[in-house]
Amino acid sequence: MPDMTVPPLPPETMRALLQGMMRVRAFEEAVHDLYQRKLLPGMSPHLSAGQEAVAAGVCLQLRPDDYMVTTHRGHGHSLLKGMDAQRMMAELCSKETGYCHGRGGTMHIASPEVGCLGANGIVGAGLPIAVGAGLSIQYRGTDQVCVAFFGDGASNQGTFHESVNLATARKLPVVFVCENNIYALSTNFARTGATPNVVDRARGYDIPGVTVDGMAVEGVYAATTTALERARSGQGPTLIEAKTYRYYGHGASDHRPYRTKEEEAQWRCSDAIQCYGDLLIERGVATAAERDDLSARAAAEAQAAVDFAVSSPDPDPARVGDYVFA
Amino acid sequence: MTYRDAINAALAEELERDERVFLLGEDVGLFGGAMAVTKGLYERFGERRVQDMPISESAIVGGTLGAVLTGLRPVAEIMFIDFVGVCMDQIVNQIAKVRYMLGGQVEVPLVIRTQGGGGKSYAAQHSQSLEAWFMHTPGLKVVIPSTPADAKGLLKSAIRDNNPVLFIEHKLLYNEKGEVPEGEHLVPLGQARVVREGSGLTIATYSRMVGLVQQAAEGLAAEGTEVEIVDLRTLTPLDEETMFASVRKTGRFLAVEEGHLTAGVGAELVARVTKNCFDYLDGPPERVAAQDRPIPCAPALEKATLPQVEDILTAARALVG
Ligand SMILES: Cc1ncc(C[n+]2csc(CCOP(=O)(O)OP(=O)(O)O)c2C)c(N)n1
Ligand SMILES: [Mg+2]
Repeated sequence: MPDMTVPPLPPETMRALLQGMMRVRAFEEAVHDLYQRKLLPGMSPHLSAGQEAVAAGVCLQLRPDDYMVTTHRGHGHSLLKGMDAQRMMAELCSKETGYCHGRGGTMHIASPEVGCLGANGIVGAGLPIAVGAGLSIQYRGTDQVCVAFFGDGASNQGTFHESVNLATARKLPVVFVCENNIYALSTNFARTGATPNVVDRARGYDIPGVTVDGMAVEGVYAATTTALERARSGQGPTLIEAKTYRYYGHGASDHRPYRTKEEEAQWRCSDAIQCYGDLLIERGVATAAERDDLSARAAAEAQAAVDFAVSSPDPDPARVGDYVFA
Repeated sequence: MTYRDAINAALAEELERDERVFLLGEDVGLFGGAMAVTKGLYERFGERRVQDMPISESAIVGGTLGAVLTGLRPVAEIMFIDFVGVCMDQIVNQIAKVRYMLGGQVEVPLVIRTQGGGGKSYAAQHSQSLEAWFMHTPGLKVVIPSTPADAKGLLKSAIRDNNPVLFIEHKLLYNEKGEVPEGEHLVPLGQARVVREGSGLTIATYSRMVGLVQQAAEGLAAEGTEVEIVDLRTLTPLDEETMFASVRKTGRFLAVEEGHLTAGVGAELVARVTKNCFDYLDGPPERVAAQDRPIPCAPALEKATLPQVEDILTAARALVG
């Protein structure tokens, strides 16, 4: 991976990035645990553990009024865009107190109020929606931005082309962030992609295509800063490809026969949270005690979310017909 | 043999029998399918016959048509029926219409296998029963088996049929076991099966609802009502005669489906029964179906949305009462 030249960040930003990643990890580990304990009904959740640097590097610099569209693997993005861990966890447990009052579950986490326009159960379906948000921003004449997360697998959907083309043709303020974790369910991108990298396609649209190490949060952060500036100033979209890895299977029931234990171990060696924590200590930006404290606070947030979710009431079947029409 | 294994066996036998048959879909090869239906086929037949595809439903399904027009007999897998939204143009505007539009110049021997249905709290985009959409599309055959034997026999017939077939499996049936006849087992498309004979009430149904109707029929028998259950097995072509013959005997008709009520399969069945058996009916036919709302995630809400045995019992009692 080419080394990104990164301007030094303020220490509080560095600590915020570390904390953000820890919050996502703690949340995902808690979700995994709930699912194992059979407290999370429905589809086994798509966890983003391993990919935290992308969520933190992108979402922590979005403004509250910016928009974000995510995927079936969207817990981290949603949490760091400003959603509340407790109401998210309650939704994952299909509880009345969840964001969607138990109607949505893991694949349909959203809170338009904080700019989270939605996860999605249909691969590639979020991309046109992000473009629509971009159209709306341009129409209303604001300097907001919409970030569209999608996977390597989603990049093979027709919606990818339609969306990037339209956003580019109209110079819409959309930032396309591909989390390339190599696999789409079991299928290696090398077996289905026309080019080795998703970002290679940026040339076809004549937009900047930036590859970042998705395990290195500051590189993700820097690439996003540039892309956001470009989008806000009316120059149109950027395609960012973050090379990353999901630690768990596609879902909890996926035993990962398509990849090796060695490959998994190798990626864990460059764990974004471990490495960045070490780096901040080395730089004197945080002490070991401060790192432990951030980690403990992330764990506490996740535990509080679990407690809230588990003790929340189920939705009332008598009101099952609510929310069909406005 | 399980429903899953029966489908796997049908695929293996047809791959073996006809070199023009090949499989394509997401994760169907090396991984053996998201529902593990194609396990072992990649190893046995190789990557030319069992092709892993990108997440590109339009290209997969549209691709089957191109392959058909040039001499092959593809069998595509769409992981969840909900994802047909992505490739609806290829199914509805291309595949279903091409033979007629071209004045009969081509035959379209392709199968799109998929699975639908709810009951697992998979929420609104992974739980639907969309067969009515395709019953509403002339030019497509719609096959929807309830047992392992039918799954095998119907799939083999579908692959040999010279028309496009949408073959709809049910995610809750994959582990269901049943007898499957040894050797070459073909079930013709367009023949319903009388699952249980009775004289008090006809219930026409298909797929997972057959099991629920059977449970309800046990309860109704204890109350003195003998239900005749007709498993339609294919929705297009529809075996009306078996259904009509039953209604002429029982005088009462209930349609049970897992899809939504409005403009659903049951609406069509009731219309046909009413027109053709009017003089034999003791009262208006009734329907049990999913409520007209997206399918919610929460188990209690999903239960309140999809048809339950209790709903069938209630409707049946009202009909015979
Ligand atoms: C249209 C559609 N096709 C297939 C699926 C099934 N599916 C869900 S996630 C997934 C893999 C997605 O891969 P990628 O985009 O790389 O995201 P990742 O899971 O790696 O985060 C598949 C095939 C789906 N949900 N929607
Ligand atoms: Mg992926």
